[in-house]
Amino acid sequence: MNSSNERLPRLLALVPYLLTRPGIRVEEAAADFGVTPKQLRRDLELLWMCGLPGYGPGDLIDLSFEGETITVSFDAGMSRPLRLTAAEATALLVALRALADTPGVVDTDAVQRAVAKIESAVGEAQQPGVVVGLAVREAEETAEIRDAVQDAVRRRRAVRIRYYSLSRDEITERAVDPMRLLLVEGRSYLEAWCRAADGVRLFRLDRIDRAEVLDEAAAPPSHATPTDTSSGLFRPDPSQQTAVLVLEPDARWVAEYYPVDQLTELDGGRARVLMRYADTSWMVRLLLGLGGEVRVEQPPELAAEVVRRARAGLARAESLAALR
Amino acid sequence: MATARAERLVNLVLCLLSTRQYLTAERIRAIVPGYADAPTDEAFFRMFERDKSELRDLGVPLETGRTNPFDVAEGYRIARRDYELGDIDLEPDEAAAVALAARLWDSPELTGAVHGALIKLRAAGVDVDQDTSVAVEPRVRTSEPAFPPLLAAVQAGQAVVFDYRRPAPVEVRTRTVEPWGVVAYRGRWYLVGHDRDRDAPRCFRLSRVVGGVRTVGKRGEVRSPEGIDLMSFVARTEFAATPPAPARVWVARDRAQGLRRRAVVVGERVVGGEPGDLLEIELRFPDSAAKWLAGFGPDVVVLEPDVLAKAVGERLLGALRPASGTEGSEVGA
Repeated sequence: MNSSNERLPRLLALVPYLLTRPGIRVEEAAADFGVTPKQLRRDLELLWMCGLPGYGPGDLIDLSFEGETITVSFDAGMSRPLRLTAAEATALLVALRALADTPGVVDTDAVQRAVAKIESAVGEAQQPGVVVGLAVREAEETAEIRDAVQDAVRRRRAVRIRYYSLSRDEITERAVDPMRLLLVEGRSYLEAWCRAADGVRLFRLDRIDRAEVLDEAAAPPSHATPTDTSSGLFRPDPSQQTAVLVLEPDARWVAEYYPVDQLTELDGGRARVLMRYADTSWMVRLLLGLGGEVRVEQPPELAAEVVRRARAGLARAESLAALR
Repeated sequence: MATARAERLVNLVLCLLSTRQYLTAERIRAIVPGYADAPTDEAFFRMFERDKSELRDLGVPLETGRTNPFDVAEGYRIARRDYELGDIDLEPDEAAAVALAARLWDSPELTGAVHGALIKLRAAGVDVDQDTSVAVEPRVRTSEPAFPPLLAAVQAGQAVVFDYRRPAPVEVRTRTVEPWGVVAYRGRWYLVGHDRDRDAPRCFRLSRVVGGVRTVGKRGEVRSPEGIDLMSFVARTEFAATPPAPARVWVARDRAQGLRRRAVVVGERVVGGEPGDLLEIELRFPDSAAKWLAGFGPDVVVLEPDVLAKAVGERLLGALRPASGTEGSEVGA
């Protein structure tokens, strides 16, 4: 929706908005509508010219400005906002229901009350056609970690975690300053300032093996900025390498599961993709697991490493079989 | 929107809200400022048609009818009770929930709609502070290209046609589906609906839709079955639970940490000069276990069950010989 399409809905909402907030400051109103104070003033000037048939002094919308504040003295019959459209109601109610169905995110009781009130204000309770489940597949031990981490976020305490890094297949202990818990694409993450890495990191909850809430305030530095999740969690980085892979049909899930660039359809249902990766050992593990369902075209060192590890794996299995 | 047009539309809304009589187009032309500028009848009707459809798109309930049966032309009015948002009063904790819900979407379609909803709620006197900080922040993305057209089709109650790629056996087929809903489950989007070709309810992953989505048939033609629980349908169809399976493995000393954290050490053994441990593990996802274990290469050897050991061996052998074909040729190239 572009800005010109947003003007009419805003104009229709402005008078009722001001009616419920006599003497509100222009800046505050502008912020609530997501426009500049200058644009808001233009809107108000326009509304001032509108009113009821007759269009005499007593028929027009009347606004009084006092310094930086506005008050409506005549609303010309526009005292309530327009109903929510089906799309607006859906977007809001689906999100609320998703929160209501997910314990531990917010007070689900408050969410359910909000849903009921909005449904009754909107009118008919409609079948939304969109359902969002935020719940994640979570093991019992992760539930305990979640409790500890959530407690740390709420009380703003630092945490010492024992963390399994999948990319390096390594377990490390580190002290972190929690910022928030994120639920993205069906997984939960602790977003925290990692003191060892000197940066903001996302820790997947099911990879935290132990979490000890410290008796120490969480103190992320002021320049620690929350991760922008709008384009996914895996972001391109110049330090990453790129592999060119040909995926057999059985391995097509790789392109759905991991972010890939440039997917080219090949014959027989195969696809060629460019895939970025930060850590070679992780990529080698993925490719070994896909054995036979993928071909590494680039880089040659990666292809050679996969072959070397596969050979070594087969040889080891043989020597173990010989022991039996 | 140009000031003149915005002003005319606001005046039109105010005028139609204030009348109980149906006002004919001619009458509206005479009283609402702005229409007098139309030089010809044709220009006026064009202008008025555009304005009506703009208002209807915004959800303004324009009624048409005749005030008394002898009137020649139909007129227009807006019934206040259909126009106005009902009373709504949210407690602070409810408003906080709304603020959090409004931030849920990382999606152009839904973010815009939620923004529109918030403006109206604020205009109804509700204070929604969007900067409230919360401990848990859920986010939902709708990056699949098929999402906007499928959502629109669900909301319009209209059947859709699209190409769909099945993983096994691999095939791309054109499907005609009566869409009941789109569902986000465990981080993925699904379409649930009645598959006309199979004549049965089906679940489709949006990421497997190939190319565009077309609508067929009339709007409002599709109705989802009474009381269907879309989420459980996806859960049942896509995530049939498999019981965990036990396995015994050998793991090189200090290697394969990802496996060790889920396993119990039951002994030690030197294999080919390499010291290592014997581990027992409950494999939670037996289907993908061979892939996972093969990934560790020489660091992990499966002892039991035999079928798993063979599956891992096959993966490693597969990694030695390049996948079928020598060069991939592009389709249509």
